[in-house]
Amino acid sequence: MSAALWALVVLPLGSGALLAIGGRIVDRVAPLVAVAIAVVSLFLACLVSVAHPGAAARSLVGLPLRLHVDGLSGVMVVTTTAITTAVVVFSVWDIGADEARARFFGLLLLFSGSMLVTVTAANLLVLLMAWEIMGATSWALIGYWWRDPERVGAANTAFVTTRAADLGLYLAAGAALAGGRSESLALDELDRAADPWLSVITAGVVVAALGKSAQLPFSFWLSRAMQGPSPVSALLHSATMVVAGAYLLLRLQPLLDASGWGSPVVAWTGAATAIALGLVAVAQSDLKQLLAASSCAQIGFMVLAAGSSGVTGGVLQLIAHAAAKSLAFLAAGAWLTLFGAKSLPALQGAARRHRMAGVTFTVAVLTLAGVPPLSLWAAKDVLLAAALEESHWLYGAGLSAAVVSAVYSVKAVWFVWRPVPSGDTLRGDEPSTTCHVSVPGRLPLGVLAVACVALTVLAFRPARDAVTRVLGTGGRPVPHLWEFALSGGLALAASAAAWVWGSRPVPLPAPIRRWFVDWLGVEAVARALLVRPVFGIARALAAFDDRVLDRGVDGAAQAALRLARWTDRRTEQRVDGAVEGVASAARTLGRWARRPQTGQLHHYLAQAIAAFSVLAIVVVLVR
Amino acid sequence: MLTALVLLPTGVAALLLCVPRSAPRRLFLVGWAATCTVELALTVAVWAGYRSGGGTQYETRARWIPSAGVSYHVGVDGLSLPLVALACVLFLACSVYALRETRRVREFAALFLFLQTTCLGLFVAFDLILFFVFFDLSIVAMYFVIAGWGHPGAARAALKFFLYTFIGSLALLLGFIGLYLAANPHTFDIVELTQQNPLAGRSLYGGLVLLAVGVGLAVKTPTVPFHTWLPPAHTEAPAAGSAILAGVLLKMGTYGFLRIAMPILPDSWRHYALVFVVVGVVSVLYGALVALAQNDFKRMVAYTSVNHMGYIILAVGAAAAAGDGQTEARQLAVTGAVVQMVSHGLLTGALFLLAGVLYERGQTYDMSAYSGVAGRAPVFAGLTGVAAFASLGLPGFSGFIAEFQILTGSLGPRPVATALALLGILLSAGLFLRALQRIFLGPLRLPEAPGADRPFPDIRGHEGASIVPLLVLAVVLGLAPRFLLDVVEPASRGVLELLSR
Repeated sequence: MSAALWALVVLPLGSGALLAIGGRIVDRVAPLVAVAIAVVSLFLACLVSVAHPGAAARSLVGLPLRLHVDGLSGVMVVTTTAITTAVVVFSVWDIGADEARARFFGLLLLFSGSMLVTVTAANLLVLLMAWEIMGATSWALIGYWWRDPERVGAANTAFVTTRAADLGLYLAAGAALAGGRSESLALDELDRAADPWLSVITAGVVVAALGKSAQLPFSFWLSRAMQGPSPVSALLHSATMVVAGAYLLLRLQPLLDASGWGSPVVAWTGAATAIALGLVAVAQSDLKQLLAASSCAQIGFMVLAAGSSGVTGGVLQLIAHAAAKSLAFLAAGAWLTLFGAKSLPALQGAARRHRMAGVTFTVAVLTLAGVPPLSLWAAKDVLLAAALEESHWLYGAGLSAAVVSAVYSVKAVWFVWRPVPSGDTLRGDEPSTTCHVSVPGRLPLGVLAVACVALTVLAFRPARDAVTRVLGTGGRPVPHLWEFALSGGLALAASAAAWVWGSRPVPLPAPIRRWFVDWLGVEAVARALLVRPVFGIARALAAFDDRVLDRGVDGAAQAALRLARWTDRRTEQRVDGAVEGVASAARTLGRWARRPQTGQLHHYLAQAIAAFSVLAIVVVLVR
Repeated sequence: MLTALVLLPTGVAALLLCVPRSAPRRLFLVGWAATCTVELALTVAVWAGYRSGGGTQYETRARWIPSAGVSYHVGVDGLSLPLVALACVLFLACSVYALRETRRVREFAALFLFLQTTCLGLFVAFDLILFFVFFDLSIVAMYFVIAGWGHPGAARAALKFFLYTFIGSLALLLGFIGLYLAANPHTFDIVELTQQNPLAGRSLYGGLVLLAVGVGLAVKTPTVPFHTWLPPAHTEAPAAGSAILAGVLLKMGTYGFLRIAMPILPDSWRHYALVFVVVGVVSVLYGALVALAQNDFKRMVAYTSVNHMGYIILAVGAAAAAGDGQTEARQLAVTGAVVQMVSHGLLTGALFLLAGVLYERGQTYDMSAYSGVAGRAPVFAGLTGVAAFASLGLPGFSGFIAEFQILTGSLGPRPVATALALLGILLSAGLFLRALQRIFLGPLRLPEAPGADRPFPDIRGHEGASIVPLLVLAVVLGLAPRFLLDVVEPASRGVLELLSR
């Protein structure tokens, strides 16, 4: 069975890489290959989710590449591959033949393959590898239309932000190794470390997960990431990337518990994100932005579940949200492709124009709203039951976040079902082929809509008990009937209120509204407090490098040169002068010595007499 | 075997110089590439015959200057074998890249072949004087490469490179003489010095010798603040020269730390390990930050070398930290340091060759002169993108294997320093993404400089043939690193044992 597990991860990664490398040459076959691989992966995922195999390969010393499928991983691989299949099939319609299809489908497969490795990873090394590859492929997918600088900027923001959070995983890996208790960095042994390493591990994991899941304060990158193609958003928001963080927290829930402080921090961060980003969603006037903010908010529930030991509820929420959110993005993507519009006012009447997309979109968004009997309604109650056990306040926060989600969801539905405005601006009006969604476009919409409804079953007995058994989470606490009734009633009431309220602006002062529209302004703060100072420091250091360090070295060389010149001028001249002096003295002496050589005998006689006289005097005197 | 490996390129270089200059250009270039291929084949043979965990192998020792304790002593072990292989791969890549070279090819080929001898000789040397001779000869050869085939400002940059690293090598020589005088009997043999541990218990003497050796190697590595020769040398050097300079010559410094400083001076190393940790972290952050501020693509890559070498210094510093129960972590750090040398060699070699491609088309390295090049040259853009992501430490490439080992291994012994060094990963991600965005993405714009090649052709055959194998090797190392780790791990264990004496 471990062969099936290897195949499950190697097939999408390998074929994705090959397609991406092949480039435009393989454009024609790319969609077919991608669909085939996606379907095979789905089959393999079902296989391994039943058999629960493990696989290992040798890597670093004491740190094997180990994959393992247990209940949670099994659920995750099936969810991921199912959503991937739907998105890939939809993309066959959405990403036209004139686009770089091989690159798109290749990256999509790489992206989903790295998510599969993430959820089957048995130790931190493998997890970190897949985690980072997922980030890099998300960069390439968000910046898919790379000629537009704004989209590339969005991709850079996404990658740098998530990588900043990823440093947490490096830290956790180092701390786990230093803690010494889990030499293979196995995920299920991380909670055995002792403080202070335990706290470092927890902090690292929590930061990495919150960053990937676009929870507060990292949410802003997801807003920018909306610049990518719609199928990418559908996959990124539902079954990969942003849910990876939630998955990691659900998987490492024992670690959060062991650390003592991890659980409450995570739970409250999730709750705060669910409320705040819900309000952000309410404030948006762009459909994709609204859906993005709602992703943060909905994943906030899963994070809350991880922090309040409600793993079953968190997983149910994850599955139901995956179906609903991917469906919502695919429908929104269909409209974007058909009408070229994504702002809500421009989408008025879109649902009436294209009934299929309209109806399925409505199902998806009402699922997000938590309206009974759709799946997220019941899933949320299972996870909130665990929160209720932790604290009433947490339960209250979760419930208010649920109300907010009903408001923003219905806001979107209200717009798309408006009557088509008379001065029509949608370009799909003319009966052209562009207004047609072909079978690959329709099929995923229908299937996912059915899933949104059918998944409700999982939240009730006996299916819920089966899920609990598979996950091995113990199954407590169980939601009471009144909790289902209360949340359903609140969702319905809030939906009705939002429908009646319509498009009127929220009764809040304009600056606050703008604050919510700007996603709480975190990006501006991050740019002002982190990015700009870093660039400032970088420029200052570069100037220091050029003007001080390098100048210093050059200066030393110059000084050596100056010393040489000085030596040349002064010392050298003197030494040379001395030598010359000796020479000229010798020459002078020589000249003098030549004087007596006159060649005349009487001169020599006189000289000899004088010399002998001097000699005689000296001899006499000395003696 | 090793002697043949080392001397063959110089022999061929001498032969090439005997051929008249009027001979066809291809003769020299193909001869060069063929020699590099033979060298690589020889290295593969050496690797195949190498028993991992078997200590030093292929050892040869011959008398050279016995009166001064100098001998011709060569061999390979787990530290040097990967670097020998790396050097052969890079020299082959450069010879393939240069197949279209037109300027004074006979001398160019001969110089590179000679340079290959010096590099290989240094990595297999087990004698300090032999090490020093090759160290200095490599500087000489590289000086001529930069000065003779570089861009217009090359003469000055080459001179700076030569003088700076030459002064560094003098410090190194001073340290070597200190070791020689301390040993009893006097010797320059690395193996004997390692066994003697001549400076055990002499802390002042040991400290001074470590200072001399450390400064000498730090200039070559280079670490902050001795790195300022690197950016001009790279900016002015020809592409192949840059690739060798960054890919192989820089490793001489870090290799020296592992081969000489740590095993021969274990006491002093442990005592002053914190200095190396600090220098390493400063190099990591400083290199990344300064690289972030560059507008010149090649200069930016040069500064990322300072960043990447910083990780190695951090790892070798952290490996010396006292403390029990961290053995595995410290071993990871040292292994990571060796893997980082190999990985950086491959990736930075590829990046510099790609920079050469860019310059050849646009006649400038200024990133603001380009935009949207991916539209004209998708393969070139793709290769640079892969190299950039590999260089920023993406898993699946060799850089990750190296940096993950270094960082996780160093965190336990040196938590604060390593946590700071983690930021380097983020900074390098930012700077490479920015560079990719500026040059390759967005709307098309090409430099207007006179002489610029307007159509901007995509990667040509010989360019691809030299760059792609480097990236493929980086991927192989990133996915299946065992074949390298099997060789390196016993050696890094050995270094740690010597260090803990």
